[in-house]
Amino acid sequence: MAISSSAAQTAADMGVPDAGRVLRRASRLGWLGGLRSGKIIVGLCLLGVFVAAAIFGPLFDHTDPSALSAAQLQPPSAAHWLGTTQTGQDVFAELLNGSRVSLMVGFLSAAIATVLSLVVGLAAGYLGGVVDEVLSVLSNVFLVIPALPLLIVLAGYLPNKGSLSIAAVIAVTGWAWGARVLRAQTLSIRNRDYVEAARLTGESTLRIIFAEILPNEIAIIASGFLFTVIFAILTEAGLAFLGLANVSEWSWGTMLYWAQNGEALQVGAWWWFIPPGLCIALVGTALSLINFGIDEFINPRLRTAGVATKSAAKRLRRQAAAAGPPGGVTVGQTSRAAASSARMQVFTPVARRNRNERGSR
Amino acid sequence: MSSEQPLRSGSDPARKGGGSQSAATAAGNGLDGDVRQPALQATGLTKHYPVRQRGRADLGRRLAVHAVDNVSLSLYPGQVTALVGESGSGKSTVARVLAQSTPASDGTIDLAGKPVRVRRRRPFRKYARHVQLILQDPFSSLNPTHTVNYILARPLRIHRHAHSADEVRAGVARLLEEVNLTPPGQFAEKFPHELSGGQRQRVAVARALAAQPEVLLADEPVSMLDVSIRLSVLNLLQRLVTDRNLALLYITHDIASARYFATTTLVMYAGQLVEGGPSETVTQQPAHPYTQLLIASAPDPEQLEGGAEPTSTGEPPSLVTPPPGCRFHPRCPYVMDICRQTRPPRSELAGGQWAHCWLHASADRDTAHSRGERNE
Amino acid sequence: MTATARDGGENTTGADGRPAGLVLEVADLCVDYGIADRALHAVDGVSLSLRRGEVLGIAGESGSGKSTLAYAMNRLLRPPGIITSGDVHYHPKGGGPPVDILGLPEAELRRFRWAEVAMVFQSAMNALNPVMPVRAQITDVLAAHRPEMTRRERNRRMIELLRLVGISPDRAGAYPHELSGGMRQRAMIAIALALEPEIIIMDEPTTALDVVIQRQILTEIMKLRDRLGFSVIFITHDLSLLIELADTIAVMYAGRLVEVARSGELYRAPRHPYSYGLLHSFPLLRGDRKQLSSIPGSPPDLRAVPSGCPFHPRCPHAKDLCTQRVPKLGPVPGSPESGQQAACLLYEQDGIGPPPASLGEREQAHVQ
Repeated sequence: MAISSSAAQTAADMGVPDAGRVLRRASRLGWLGGLRSGKIIVGLCLLGVFVAAAIFGPLFDHTDPSALSAAQLQPPSAAHWLGTTQTGQDVFAELLNGSRVSLMVGFLSAAIATVLSLVVGLAAGYLGGVVDEVLSVLSNVFLVIPALPLLIVLAGYLPNKGSLSIAAVIAVTGWAWGARVLRAQTLSIRNRDYVEAARLTGESTLRIIFAEILPNEIAIIASGFLFTVIFAILTEAGLAFLGLANVSEWSWGTMLYWAQNGEALQVGAWWWFIPPGLCIALVGTALSLINFGIDEFINPRLRTAGVATKSAAKRLRRQAAAAGPPGGVTVGQTSRAAASSARMQVFTPVARRNRNERGSR
Repeated sequence: MSSEQPLRSGSDPARKGGGSQSAATAAGNGLDGDVRQPALQATGLTKHYPVRQRGRADLGRRLAVHAVDNVSLSLYPGQVTALVGESGSGKSTVARVLAQSTPASDGTIDLAGKPVRVRRRRPFRKYARHVQLILQDPFSSLNPTHTVNYILARPLRIHRHAHSADEVRAGVARLLEEVNLTPPGQFAEKFPHELSGGQRQRVAVARALAAQPEVLLADEPVSMLDVSIRLSVLNLLQRLVTDRNLALLYITHDIASARYFATTTLVMYAGQLVEGGPSETVTQQPAHPYTQLLIASAPDPEQLEGGAEPTSTGEPPSLVTPPPGCRFHPRCPYVMDICRQTRPPRSELAGGQWAHCWLHASADRDTAHSRGERNE
Repeated sequence: MTATARDGGENTTGADGRPAGLVLEVADLCVDYGIADRALHAVDGVSLSLRRGEVLGIAGESGSGKSTLAYAMNRLLRPPGIITSGDVHYHPKGGGPPVDILGLPEAELRRFRWAEVAMVFQSAMNALNPVMPVRAQITDVLAAHRPEMTRRERNRRMIELLRLVGISPDRAGAYPHELSGGMRQRAMIAIALALEPEIIIMDEPTTALDVVIQRQILTEIMKLRDRLGFSVIFITHDLSLLIELADTIAVMYAGRLVEVARSGELYRAPRHPYSYGLLHSFPLLRGDRKQLSSIPGSPPDLRAVPSGCPFHPRCPHAKDLCTQRVPKLGPVPGSPESGQQAACLLYEQDGIGPPPASLGEREQAHVQ
């Protein structure tokens, strides 16, 4: 229809995207090219498992994690997949329910922290001057204050120690790093030609910051967000372990708290404290993998990571030999020498085929 | 071989130097007559960048980089004026000051006869509607995350040349056709990294045109392009100047292209103008020793045996403490005592050419001085 | 190993049957980026020879492969660049068996590099170590290759080198960022000359410099060449510079050589339509102002090289055959003894010849 299409056009002109456009544009900008990376796929799958479990798990498994039972400290069995705690509660149910809180707190606080760091970093980087000085001092203060003691103090003052409050508190301690990074990035982008060109066109400052500079920082923001999620999940676990969170609400951290209380380690009830720790570690791994993938994607040189090393050159030669006609390859000398040399040598790999076998070109 | 129009704004390609000043200025489209109003005129432009004092702060001296000193020029509609200089000569700074992207330390800028000085956003926008700057590097002057459509739609909207989405779409298509990026529908959806260098620079030109300016400032528009594409972009600019009666300031370090492309050539050294006049005269009979050095140093395939070696060595001076008197004197083969002490005034030579050089200073130095520093 | 004859002149053969005075021979070199299907043929079957004391200019635009060629000759290309075929042979001064550079084991390659073949890179600011003063960078090279030199000898040589390139010795202790662009480039040349190599490869050494400094540096290089007798491979996109500077010019397009000729001949009678187009797109500073013409289109993306002759989409003389057959670099019939070569179907047997008359001679525009 004419009206909606022109509205879409206006929206597009104004830079407000709709989903289809976003995906198409992202794919042509190469942002979705990251999906081809092995690391990102593995990370996403792993994370997906946990997120799916968190969302759908408790819907299928109706076991109440808080239900006491007589089966105390049972190792994993058919009835209780991950065994039971000292008070007969089902560990697997606790894990499943706890994943909701842990992941939610993680993502929520990371979201808040990212928005904060975005605003502060972009403003400080682009506006400069007094604004930059003030915001830099602010972020420096928050960077320098030790996170855990601050959290403990703040958590102590919280009226209710619900997950939302914890998320907010974690965000308060976690935004400063991202702000510094974004400020540095903005400072660098600010001097680029296209920003100057936008100024010369007559763009307003707000539009320059959000429509010209911000889209170029998406990768860094995404990477920072994921990093903050890891930080938030770990911090939440830490707070809960110390008993500062609401221990009657199930999360991986509170599981560890109760495990500690129930002396699970001494009793040897590994099924109680290992699963939550393992889950935290796996989620952290998944997020790190995605982060590495994004890093590789931002800097294409990292894709063939360590490519300037001899082993990569060797690999390349072998691949070329495999790709070429059989039996017609003379491969250049393999690398051996100078392992003692600390300097990075560059020797172009040579995979020469005999000249008369160089068929189709 | 596809040949195109000679690269001169409407004048006879075989003309060698000569001709009166009025003939040169009237060669452009439009008005005849000796006195035409310049679209943009700068008088005594100066730009000093303060240098942060390190070390002994009690020295009290205020150090500054004298990037541009007392530059005056006029840009006429339908004409191309070349500003030639090496890197560090201040030519890019002149462009930015003329575009009011950075404020001048001194001097005035007149737009269509009225002085302007803008600091805040709204007056700047009004000014940008009339004067646009094209940047040098096509590979970084377009935001990599925006389509060509967005890049061209923004100036159309900002300067209120299009309101509804349909108008914007039509306006973008018109702009793309004007810079020979056809079919426009195909190019509008592309991202900068999907375009070649020449195409990107054309988009940059289209972006400047979207504001419908009267004055275009082109800062080395083709230096970063492949040699085989340079001509086509220069031809495009030439056509726009003729069709839209634009005043174009063509900044370059390549004096040979200035000869072909521009009606008037100005030569800059160490922040000051040293020579100016009709392009043919300046390049064939350079009056200032620096211009002579430039021309002798330019690669010349005609001199296969290696021609006369340029007679001076050395490098451009530091702009923080420029040499007193004539700034070229440390490198000048004809240096005299007075050159070390006083900056030479502007001396008018034949055919509309002028130079700031004591070699050419007329006996009546006071008259030359009182005529003021104007480039007509 | 066939030594393909280049710009005529000395065709005398030495005792081992190869033309005297040859210092470097590149035969059918191919360099790819990437493997198999995704390989970009950055350099495709390039053969060149360089004589002692000669200045060979390699001209081309972006994507032509000229820099890749230079780096590959020295095996300086980083993976995913890979040399997939061809030979590069170096003939040491004073006879001796030719050295197969591509087959050298790395220890020997390291010894070979800089002692025989040196390189001057495009951006001196990027090639000089920013945290070392210039004098240390020169003595570093000397220490690495000539361990028998004492410190005093190294210093003496370093000062000698700086004087050679026109840097006064009191600036030896300066860091690269304290020097101007011209001086940095000169420092690079001094480093390149440190071991008195036989060949110096220069990759756009003056592109970032002003025309005046460029002229000074090039004059310097030519003087040094006359004095020390090394050969120069000069890579640039500025063809007009090469015509003045080089003895022989090789024009590259999309990874292939399209024309090889002595500079004078190339200027007077460019045979390949691309060279012709290039030469006609330079505005002349002297002489009559004449018509300029540009080449339509733009250099091809190496990921999508046109079939047949890569230049055919932009060539005014292209015919159907040009989209099917890849022209080989061959002698131009009727060209003088010097052996001008062009890769164009206009000159090949059963090609699309005969070439139009306009391609033979440049317009007479430079009558003084």
